[in-house]
Amino acid sequence: MTVVTTGDWTRARPQPNWLARLFDYKPFLVLACLTPALGLLLVFLTYPLGLGIWLSFTDTKIGGAGKYIGIENFEYLLEDPQFWGAVFYSVFYTGVATFGKFALGLWLALLLNNHVPFKSLLRAIILLPWIVPTVLSALAFWWLYDPQFSIFSYVAVDVLGIRSTPFDFLSTTWPARWSLIAANIWRGIPFVAISLLAGLQTISPSLYEAALLDGSSAWQRFRYITFPLLLPILAIVMTFSIIFTFTDFQLVYAITRGGPLNSTHLMATLAFQRGISGGELGEGAAIAVAMIPFLVGATLFSYFALARRKWQQGESDD
Amino acid sequence: MAFIIRRRGAMALGASAAAMALARQATGQTIPKADVPPLNLPIEKGATLRLLRPARFVEPDEVIFRANSAKFAKETGVEVKVDLVGWEDIRQQTAVSANTGAGPDIILGWAEDPHIYADKVIELSDVAEYLGKKYGGWMFLGEKFGKRAKTNNWIGLPMGGSGGPLVYRVSALKEAGHDKVPTDHAGLLKLCQDLKKINKPAGFALGNAVGDANGFANWMLWSHGGSLIDDDGKVVINSKETLNALNFVKELYPTFVSGTMSWNDISNNRAYASNELFFTSNGVSLYFSLKNDPATKPIADDTEHAPLVKGLASTAPMSATVLNGMVFKHTKFPNAAKAYLAFMMEAEQYDPWLTGCLGYWSHPLKAYDKSKVWESDPKIALYRETMNNQFWSGYKGPITQAAGTVTAEYVLVQMFASVASGQATPADAAKEAERRTRRYYR
Repeated sequence: MTVVTTGDWTRARPQPNWLARLFDYKPFLVLACLTPALGLLLVFLTYPLGLGIWLSFTDTKIGGAGKYIGIENFEYLLEDPQFWGAVFYSVFYTGVATFGKFALGLWLALLLNNHVPFKSLLRAIILLPWIVPTVLSALAFWWLYDPQFSIFSYVAVDVLGIRSTPFDFLSTTWPARWSLIAANIWRGIPFVAISLLAGLQTISPSLYEAALLDGSSAWQRFRYITFPLLLPILAIVMTFSIIFTFTDFQLVYAITRGGPLNSTHLMATLAFQRGISGGELGEGAAIAVAMIPFLVGATLFSYFALARRKWQQGESDD
Repeated sequence: MAFIIRRRGAMALGASAAAMALARQATGQTIPKADVPPLNLPIEKGATLRLLRPARFVEPDEVIFRANSAKFAKETGVEVKVDLVGWEDIRQQTAVSANTGAGPDIILGWAEDPHIYADKVIELSDVAEYLGKKYGGWMFLGEKFGKRAKTNNWIGLPMGGSGGPLVYRVSALKEAGHDKVPTDHAGLLKLCQDLKKINKPAGFALGNAVGDANGFANWMLWSHGGSLIDDDGKVVINSKETLNALNFVKELYPTFVSGTMSWNDISNNRAYASNELFFTSNGVSLYFSLKNDPATKPIADDTEHAPLVKGLASTAPMSATVLNGMVFKHTKFPNAAKAYLAFMMEAEQYDPWLTGCLGYWSHPLKAYDKSKVWESDPKIALYRETMNNQFWSGYKGPITQAAGTVTAEYVLVQMFASVASGQATPADAAKEAERRTRRYYR
């Protein structure tokens, strides 16, 4: 008798080839997926940032290798009135312009959130100042503020005759500073308005209906419904806005180039002026590095002061 | 930012057609040449050259330059690739090229550049001496910017320079009771005050205008006998002469048209062309742009040029924006490069170019005094002498990178502007300028 032993037969599972096995190996997979992103970050972010920080500790000039000089650049900047002028104006410019942008932007967003005719068209138009390349709008403002050919001066002096001399927008310290802030606000409103509008539209109308039934006033509805619910998006938009404004370059460079008498230099334009035009790369880098604490501070402020609400983490707000 | 690139030229485009017509007649026939044995520069086999130069300011500048290069290729078989970059960018590109040892063989850069990279460029003494002998010698700024400090070794080959003398309206001066521009400070102040009284004011840039404002600041400083540094490169800006200059500008500034604190290089051109400004300083381009536009022709007819008011200086206290040629050591074809530069400076090529540029790049070799361009219009005769000016940026010291930085950083401009606007006392302003200058000359 022949005994046929049939073992527990199972279909021979084809061994997955080495490549498939490799891709099933989780640590490898993680590495493979992360590498491109990490590579990009290293090459385009970490390296330039690191180089900038390194340069700020050297006396490198354009066209000459520098040597390590420790914190000499920073010591010089500490007693440099122009640098402190730029720090002051950067903070002032950012503070005032951000406030202006948010006040007007929020107002505009509330208006647009109502039912108005041609709503989509209006919203598209609102975006225009933001879409136009900054340098172009800067050039337009440059003409508007021109000491001889400003349209405002023309209207006031030649048409209405209410003034005998042209407006002095850019040749003295404070008018120049306010003029630039006005240009920046004009440019920044659309970004704030459209972002906040998006936030407004996520607020459920039923909340307002309930509030209406309770006999709330318009101010109460804004204060206790709109504002708290808008706060998370407000925080994000404000962070971005502060960073954009603080690092602004094009408007100032195209309109005043930091003049008159360096009174409108932002840290970014002063860094460029010293580092590239003046050829003192090390010093320019030091100014740029000096911006980092401000930016980190602004970011932390936005996150911690405005956005850390318990209900965002799934707890009740008390 | 097209308004800063080709800043002086932005208004001169209308002049192009006229300039081309003029350049066609200039063939170098009128230029006296000494009989000098030709340069012995055996051109390397298979040589090709790359050249970088600043953007054109009128069309013929580029067209004739390229035509001359093509002619060189035809005669020698050496192709020359000419690239033009914006005025504000060429200094950085020169730096990169010098440091990496790659890039163009020849760069026509700005005045100080060959001195900054003195050990990266080849010596051009043979070419410069040959040209000097053949064309009546080099003019003052030609030698100054060509030769390495305190030596006879040429490291740059200046091809031309642009100066900014006074430009004014004859009728306005007459109306104010003056028949000519004075040569002393008191006279200048009186003239500007009188112009202000008849509401036809003077104006000089005090804003961040690389060319015009630095020109004005240097003029004020030099005409009072001051200087940034002394012969040895020691910073001497904080001096009695500087204080005098600052006090003078404090008195002069109220006579200016409003807004000069925010002027850039194009502002005075625009104000002058629109009858808002009657007395300023500028390159020859302003006059030609007015002359070639029918709308502003009457202004051009009423315009005259005069040397900057001398004051205490013995000659017009003015420098020039010099176009300085250099050949890098990294070139594989040094002889071809030298032969090319010499070729471009020969009368057959240089005269049409000089003429096509309407004298904007004023010649550095004496024989070109005889060029037809200087007779084409008696009003531009003054620009003929541009390269004979006895001053340079960083006067009286050696030409260095620091001098270029002081200019680019507007150290002197801001010294004057802070006093004129009343934001600083003359003593404080001079001290601040000294502090900043010391930093760059450390």
